[in-house]
Amino acid sequence: MSLWVDKHRPRCLDQLRVHSKPARQLQKLLAGGDCPHLLFYGPSGAGKKTLCLASLRELFGPSVEKLRTEQKTWQIQLPSRKIEVELATVSSNYHLEVSPADAGRRDVHVVQEIIKEMAKTRSSTSVFQQQQQQQEQEASLVKPAKCAYKVLVINQVDKLSSHAQHALRRTLEKYSATCRVIFTCTNLSKVMGPVRSRCVCVRVKAPSTEEISELVSEVAGKERKEVPRGLANKIAASSERSMRRALLMLETASLGKLDESQELQLPDWELFIKDVAQEILREQTPKNLYLVRGKLYELLVNCVPADTIFCKLVHELLRKVDDTIKYDIVSTAATFEHRMRLGTKPIFHLEAFVAKTMSIYKEWSISNFG
Amino acid sequence: MPGSSLKLGAAPANPAPHTGFGAPGAVSAGPSTTAPAAESQPWVEKYRPAKVEDVVHQQQVVDALKSAVQGKDLPHMLFYGPPGTGKTTTALAITGQLFGPELRKQRVLELNASDERGIQVVREKIKSFASLAVGSGVAGYPCPPFKVIILDESDFMTKDAQNALRRIIEQYSKTTRFIFCCNYITRIIEPLTSRCAKFRFKPVVLESLTERIEHICGREGVTLEAGALAALATVAGGDMRRAISLLQSTARFNSNVIGAEALYEAAGVVPNSEIEDLLGVCRSGGFSDVERRVREMVCDSYPVAQILLQFQEAVVRAEGVEDLKKAEVCQKLASVDAAVQAGANEELQLLDALGFAHKVFSSA
Repeated sequence: MSLWVDKHRPRCLDQLRVHSKPARQLQKLLAGGDCPHLLFYGPSGAGKKTLCLASLRELFGPSVEKLRTEQKTWQIQLPSRKIEVELATVSSNYHLEVSPADAGRRDVHVVQEIIKEMAKTRSSTSVFQQQQQQQEQEASLVKPAKCAYKVLVINQVDKLSSHAQHALRRTLEKYSATCRVIFTCTNLSKVMGPVRSRCVCVRVKAPSTEEISELVSEVAGKERKEVPRGLANKIAASSERSMRRALLMLETASLGKLDESQELQLPDWELFIKDVAQEILREQTPKNLYLVRGKLYELLVNCVPADTIFCKLVHELLRKVDDTIKYDIVSTAATFEHRMRLGTKPIFHLEAFVAKTMSIYKEWSISNFG
Repeated sequence: MPGSSLKLGAAPANPAPHTGFGAPGAVSAGPSTTAPAAESQPWVEKYRPAKVEDVVHQQQVVDALKSAVQGKDLPHMLFYGPPGTGKTTTALAITGQLFGPELRKQRVLELNASDERGIQVVREKIKSFASLAVGSGVAGYPCPPFKVIILDESDFMTKDAQNALRRIIEQYSKTTRFIFCCNYITRIIEPLTSRCAKFRFKPVVLESLTERIEHICGREGVTLEAGALAALATVAGGDMRRAISLLQSTARFNSNVIGAEALYEAAGVVPNSEIEDLLGVCRSGGFSDVERRVREMVCDSYPVAQILLQFQEAVVRAEGVEDLKKAEVCQKLASVDAAVQAGANEELQLLDALGFAHKVFSSA
């Protein structure tokens, strides 16, 4: 049994409801069996992956959905030493998906060696499979695989170091006859110009709340559940325009009785951050700062990314404080979050932010209420 | 070393040696080579000038290289300038004209950032190539008696590797010429720049761009609507490659009739109405309006760096705002942009920038 998010993910480009305009354009683009390098960018839960998978299916037919997941280890021979890089890959006979950013500082070697290697050779299985499929086609009417190249899906290209992105430049041009690349990323500003200019960039907007509420009802219908209008709207409103989040919330909600009065279950780390925000505003003393520090540690230990903590915390604080100090809090957060990127230990910067916020709030309350 | 990256083109592992030369898309793929190679070829490669004279808007460089093309001596050269101005093209064109497609494979070594170029590679690969003796030429081409090593994107070579090159350049100068291409000349060490003739490549201006773009449009059957050319030039900002590849991706993604709107969308430019709206909110809305708009912009996945750029333009143009306030906001935008480039959270940074603008504009 799979999650509803995966189960009801649109498989074909013409099934897509939210991004119908880019989907139609993609369909036209891929109709000739030719695929330029593509780059999908948009926030998480917007539908980048869905568009990417649907495009692959459009190109290669349904057999592209037979996936293998592997944890591969590559030995890379550098001029001076030998290094080992471990990467998770998802592949079918026609495509291969990697997130080279997982290799950390070694990403440049991954791009220089592994990706280049993949880009310039065609795997023998794909040749074999294609022959086999051609035979099958003659017998039956399987949707033909139209192309002689393979597709490399590279996730999170924005997380690659600038050296690694530089190394991609020429690879993209040189091996375009045997390999096409589909990139996905959330942050287009961090993809360098030369890489961007070699791809067709597709902006993937997050679905609007109305679209989400409609699709939530529809998915529920497919699962033979009745979702009242009010609840669907409520889910959409707290989904932060992420389809994935909305469907996960729906699935959770469906365990109980689906009616309008049902309280939505938010992820517990979010509740926890809400709690932290409350704590900061309740009392501004060193003792309380110490207490908050413990809570922040707990969040970090549970693998909540530090920048997510920053964002959520600011969001929660802004809802509760007076307009006059809102900007100061935002500015403090932006400064410390930026510093956190330059440094190594997130806790210092989170705590510094909390301390500064407490001081701002205290100052404001003293000047207003004495 | 797997996939030895000596790009002599002759190695069968390299599917398309250099698309600008030789048979385009000569694929060493499997049995079913049905890919429409010529069609899928990027226009940037397809219309890469094959002769030095055809490189647009770099008259000084072209003039200086005229005698070299006829087979006289060639100095070591350093091409520098912003991206998309024809540096690599000129380097490839000159070697193509000197040696012809066949001999080129033996006489030219091209290394770029996709190859490992540490000090070890310089010591081994480059040195061994440089020390090879040259054979006889072929008919029909000048074939001067030396080899050429093109080091593309050489500002990304390490200092050590550059230092190792110093002696090699001098030692083998009888049989080998070097061409360096880079964006930032300051990243090349002084001893190397002093050994080369330096050529600066200028950003391509509208007239030269127009000429080339119209040529391509004619060949590809693409029609540009009124205003589209100007839009293309604005977005490209002197970068020929960006202009051509943008043209191609827009043409593929839409239809063969291209308007300015489609170009802006493909380039990831934020519509002006959105930017005006942002500015309006900053000038007369409350802080929570700013917060809501930032959230919306991020969800609509406009690139934050682009928003900042256009917002800055809008601020400078804005009427009825004191100059001092404009300056303050611009300063903030600059530091926020730096933070975004350094990898800070985009939403927070954008909120910071616009929140600041809101504060400045709403203060008396």
